[in-house]
Amino acid sequence: MSSFSVTEPSNRSKWIAGALVIGYALITMIPLVWILLTGFKSPADAISYPPKVVFEPTLEGYVNLFTTRTRQTQEFLDANPPQNWADEIVRQYDMVIVGPSKFGERFMNSVIIGFGSTFLSIFLGTLAAYAFSRFKVPLKDDLLFFILSTRMMPPVAVAIPIFLMFRNLGLSDTHLGMILLYTGVNISLAVWLLKGFIDEIPREYEEAALIDGYTRFQAFYKVVLPQAATGIASTAIFCLIFAWNEYAFAVLLTSANAQTAPPFIPTIIGIGGLDWPAVAAGATIFLIPVMIFTILMRKHLLRGITFGAVRK
Amino acid sequence: MAEVVLENISKSFGSVKAVDEISMTIPDGAFVVLLGPTGAGKTTTLRLISGLEKLDSGSIRIAGRDVGLETPAQRDVAMVFQQYSLYPHMTVRENLSFPLRSPILKTPEDEITRKVNETAEILQIPHKLDNKATELSGGEMQRVSIGRALVRDPQIFLMDEPLSSLDAKLRADLRVELKRIQADLGSTLLYVTHDQVEAMTMATHIGVLEEGRLVQYGTPRDIYENPGSVYVASRLGLPRINILPSELFGGDHKGPQIGLRPENIIEGEGSEARVIRAEHLGDQTRLHLELQGHPVVTLIDVHQDYPSGKIIKIRPRNPLYFDASGARVN
Repeated sequence: MSSFSVTEPSNRSKWIAGALVIGYALITMIPLVWILLTGFKSPADAISYPPKVVFEPTLEGYVNLFTTRTRQTQEFLDANPPQNWADEIVRQYDMVIVGPSKFGERFMNSVIIGFGSTFLSIFLGTLAAYAFSRFKVPLKDDLLFFILSTRMMPPVAVAIPIFLMFRNLGLSDTHLGMILLYTGVNISLAVWLLKGFIDEIPREYEEAALIDGYTRFQAFYKVVLPQAATGIASTAIFCLIFAWNEYAFAVLLTSANAQTAPPFIPTIIGIGGLDWPAVAAGATIFLIPVMIFTILMRKHLLRGITFGAVRK
Repeated sequence: MAEVVLENISKSFGSVKAVDEISMTIPDGAFVVLLGPTGAGKTTTLRLISGLEKLDSGSIRIAGRDVGLETPAQRDVAMVFQQYSLYPHMTVRENLSFPLRSPILKTPEDEITRKVNETAEILQIPHKLDNKATELSGGEMQRVSIGRALVRDPQIFLMDEPLSSLDAKLRADLRVELKRIQADLGSTLLYVTHDQVEAMTMATHIGVLEEGRLVQYGTPRDIYENPGSVYVASRLGLPRINILPSELFGGDHKGPQIGLRPENIIEGEGSEARVIRAEHLGDQTRLHLELQGHPVVTLIDVHQDYPSGKIIKIRPRNPLYFDASGARVN
């Protein structure tokens, strides 16, 4: 039941497979590495031609990303010595730091909206998928098709009606509005993916729990959910990546209050000339949460192979 | 433990009548075996009693209480599934504790520990208690799944072919063990199988099912010696009962078909039959004969030799007569 009878691959094929995987990983990582490196370059190095791979790293990009600065007269600069390392960096352009930029706030908006909508999509999606998987729902197939049909056009196609609806409902530029919107887009994917995973979980587990003295909901919570962890984790990654990266609706529906990071990062370019290092720094920080989330979920993706506890 | 009464219970899936007007009383403390081929309605009957399936019609009473509208949890029954159905994300100990921790039983922790250890001891798996359920062999999984029922003290145990996936030795061991546990605890037990050895050795009562109907219900001996039809007669006995045209043996007979258990064919005089081959099984020797074009199987002395082609004479003893449709004629 728990033994494998797969033929052990030869050393040579292991080497070839390893080399291919590493080669592929390197190619896909080039843009990411380039973003990471550019974040630590000076503006001059960032746009130099031919491109510099070896350069003197600076935190200028990160300082510019997190601060707002103004140019000052020489007298003012002489009268006020730099207060910290960040101030010192901007002095080379005759500038002083006057306060934090909006990036931190925008980043937090992304976190709230991204994770909020992911949680809601998974919560509603799991319940709906369970119902579709286990119960006799009238018009089940039609309902499932209807749910999927919301993904048959690009979401932006309905941008104008949604814009008008949001304005009338007072949801424009609110966290709640964006969470609901992204949940609406993600839920069809969540229901379909999760239904597939829950279909794979044998009913006998719940039936055993029902007979062992538990209610239907307790059986769902104690037996089905742990079994569905793999499916929930991978679905959550898809939902988060969509909500995290979404740009068009964020531009259209958010501004001062609930603006997320994706529409904010390009605006950095306009503040003091083409500030590529700051943009790259923003992109780097922006990537981190999804990366951490995926690594955390990876444990569940690799686990949860439950062969053998139910005999087929 | 309690008496369970089924009254005209029926269940259809689409156009298939899985259970058709079954009525039976499972007395308190009885070990009742439901016997029948695949599709006869054995498992559906268990699921109807457990509450996993809803009755189309009829009623089920457990300890005098009509349970028709109750959930499986409220019925207080324990069930062993054919497919083990261990919770794969839990250890063996957690699996065994799971029913005891249910909101209905709410057993104190020290009692859970005591009962789980006791049950593990009975099933010879105490060294596996901290293993994940998925790290067990098939036989161990099945024992844990039996254990998950045994830790409780339910109104009735329902078991769906619990031994079918075990190897022969373990099956024989557990058969004896299960019977002993049931007798010790005085449990009421309804057991589904298509293995006639299990049925004969463990049951106090056997119910034979055919296409959703209960065709005979009685003690194992009664079912074996007094089958009501060719169908029931063929369910028990190995080698199977010989069903032959009555006129092969001449004399007067009560019906067109005669049923002869292999041990009821006597050699010496009577009709001539030709030996086809003898099978030596060690503890018994089966003799395959041909009687005027009809195959006949009988048992002979272990040490005697019968070359193929030899002609011997046989006659019936304690014959059972059946009419053309297969019903018993007395």
